[in-house]
Amino acid sequence: MSDSQTAVHVLKHHFRDMEQQNETASFGMWLFLVTEIMFFGGLFCAYLIYRVLYFDSFAAASSTIDVKWGAINTAVLICSSLTMAMAVHSAALGKRKALVGFLVLTIILGGVFLGIKGKEYYDKFEENHVPGSNYHFIVEPELAHKFHAIDPAKTEIFFSLYFIMTGLHATHMVVGFGLLLWLIIASMKGKFSPGYYSPVEMVGLYWHFVDIVWIWLFPLLYLISRHH
Amino acid sequence: MSEHIVSPKIYVSVFLALLVFTGLTYSIALINLGPFNAIVAITIAMIKSLLVILFFMHVKYSPKMTKVSIISGFFFLLILLGLSMTDYISRPWAGSFSKAAQQDTQQR
Repeated sequence: MSDSQTAVHVLKHHFRDMEQQNETASFGMWLFLVTEIMFFGGLFCAYLIYRVLYFDSFAAASSTIDVKWGAINTAVLICSSLTMAMAVHSAALGKRKALVGFLVLTIILGGVFLGIKGKEYYDKFEENHVPGSNYHFIVEPELAHKFHAIDPAKTEIFFSLYFIMTGLHATHMVVGFGLLLWLIIASMKGKFSPGYYSPVEMVGLYWHFVDIVWIWLFPLLYLISRHH
Repeated sequence: MSEHIVSPKIYVSVFLALLVFTGLTYSIALINLGPFNAIVAITIAMIKSLLVILFFMHVKYSPKMTKVSIISGFFFLLILLGLSMTDYISRPWAGSFSKAAQQDTQQR
């Protein structure tokens, strides 16, 4: 009874029924995500071109990054995707407490991710690997032996792309925090029901998309050439 | 979309598969496979993305129009990457061509 009341309340007059409204919301969100694919796609294209042109410099620069933190962050983000999926699941079943709990877990895991990212950025500052006037790349003998054509100037291109790509990804995470906070407040107020939880599902799509971007950034930035 | 509720069992299996593939992509990166290192890394990233898109993002249970739109998005990404790379990779090949063309015009 209460479900159908909520459903009637949230159905906009220009939709036939809730199913049509939900499918439209999901389709619109996907159209936005397709533009996001092209947004990140431009950066991936720039990365690909420079990686092909200056492979040795890119591989050398990549191997100075501590792969441990990148791998941990990948696992953290995959965990947050699971908790987000479970939040959508709880919303669909009308379990309000579980919904709030999973949303809070998602935001905590996102915070852990950004904390680790901040630690990595700090390390880059310490190593003078932040592009700019203080940039300095020392070619260790071990690196020079493994990669023959290292040009320190070209490693700066790698780190420029590293900061732009991970920075844009982190910006998306921060936006995700805002969305999750909004969902937590709305779900505590009891705004969602099995008949109406589109906002939870849409933020879920956004969060998973951000996860997919990281799934690509991890091998492309951290694992170019790790063998000895 | 709301009509189909995916069971948590599927979510947990996808989650475990994603973790396994992350471990796999890392351990394979430590082995020297030459050009196949990049191919393996890209293949694993594709499988992981596909798992997230199909199950976490419910695309497996979405209407055809949504599926077609997503495929078109990736298709345009492929055009961006593919055509850009054909240009950059083939530029050195044009070197001998342009020299020959120059000589040709000088002779005339």
